[in-house]
Amino acid sequence: MYEGAVQELIDELGRLPGVGPKSAQRIAFHILEADPEDMKRLATSITTVKERVQFCEICGNVTEEATCSICRDTRRDPSVICVVEESKDVIAVERTRSFKGRYHVLGGSINPIAGIGPEQLRIRELMTRLSDEQIQEIIIATDPNLEGEATATYLGRLLQSIGVTVSRLASGLPVGGDLEYADEVTLGRAFEGRRSVSS
Amino acid sequence: MPSKSFASRTYRDQGVVLRTHKLGEADRIIILLTAKHGQIRAVAKGVRRTSSKFGARLEPFMVADLQLVAGRTLDIVTQAVSLGWYGRDIAADYSRYTVGAAMTETAERLTDVDSESATAQYQLLIGGLAALSRGEYPPEMILDSYLLRALATAGWAPSFTECARCSAPGPHSAFSPALGGVACHDCRPPGSAAPAPGTVVLLAALLEGDWTQAVKAEEQQRKEASTLVAAYLQWHLERAVRSMKLVERV
Repeated sequence: MYEGAVQELIDELGRLPGVGPKSAQRIAFHILEADPEDMKRLATSITTVKERVQFCEICGNVTEEATCSICRDTRRDPSVICVVEESKDVIAVERTRSFKGRYHVLGGSINPIAGIGPEQLRIRELMTRLSDEQIQEIIIATDPNLEGEATATYLGRLLQSIGVTVSRLASGLPVGGDLEYADEVTLGRAFEGRRSVSS
Repeated sequence: MPSKSFASRTYRDQGVVLRTHKLGEADRIIILLTAKHGQIRAVAKGVRRTSSKFGARLEPFMVADLQLVAGRTLDIVTQAVSLGWYGRDIAADYSRYTVGAAMTETAERLTDVDSESATAQYQLLIGGLAALSRGEYPPEMILDSYLLRALATAGWAPSFTECARCSAPGPHSAFSPALGGVACHDCRPPGSAAPAPGTVVLLAALLEGDWTQAVKAEEQQRKEASTLVAAYLQWHLERAVRSMKLVERV
């Protein structure tokens, strides 16, 4: 046990994800030995993040203002919404540079064993958006795992009656891979989602 | 004690995935119910990457033939081959998904300490998931039947024909989870439920897996049976099964 402030810092760092007691001690001593200006900058960025960053009132993405930059951007197509689980997924879709619509962040996926049902996600907010805005298509981009699929099934059933087009991201073979190494579930999905090449 | 070699620590078994947790950057902890080794917690490395070769085989409700390496606290999955793909058909229907979650959560709770009945519980769960994915019967009836039979396998078999205390032949009109089934007029504890005669017949059919009898039941009797099964489950597990709250009842 170290004295006072050093031990406090080690304890706090140890609560971060993936940081064990030894790593916490190493980081704490790095902070002690590092340039005071650098560490002040780190402390300020942590404070700023906690003070300024909030969730967008419209889509639930992280932002420093009431609405995020994507929702404010008038050049984006307001008729298409891409539904994702986390803010991290917005960045992943943005990297493709092929989607020009807007987003809706659910905040997770339906997982009954973890106690997460439709009520705990931002599904009600999505339904409110559908009644207010000029939306024609919803693209469900939840994770391609069991919870993500079940969430997509639930949303599909809910949105069926509203009269908007609902689509789900395709699953298939990764670009740059070998067919022989593909697992049977993914390969099966790739067959189901095959498309015609003769145009 | 000399440390065992890598080869001697590897073993092979068939298992159904009950639940998964995220671990670190791209790994998952997989909670499995296996045919020979009971409940196992194992690490599947790199399965959250899109390039993972066995991520799809280690999703909940999937049955796989597995090669594992025993570790100090967690085992490691090294190979997996699919034996049953129930996940896709279950996730394609929301009521089936909520029922499947309640089944796997119950199986996890029943096998975490009791390893003796694990093989029987494994067979029962596979049968239940297969029936659920085929959609032959209403999902909530499959759940009730599974719960009764899983509790019976764990040693808490309810009695729906004879009195649970004095074994007087039925039919009886009182049901008490604490007593372990139906009770005769003399044995019934105060505050027992009084189900309709048809409901008791349905419960007995669900416990025996007599589907020709079970599907004849009316909606009112099905609802009453579900309430009694849920009460019986909670009494014996002592804690509520979280997924039961989200199960969609028609």
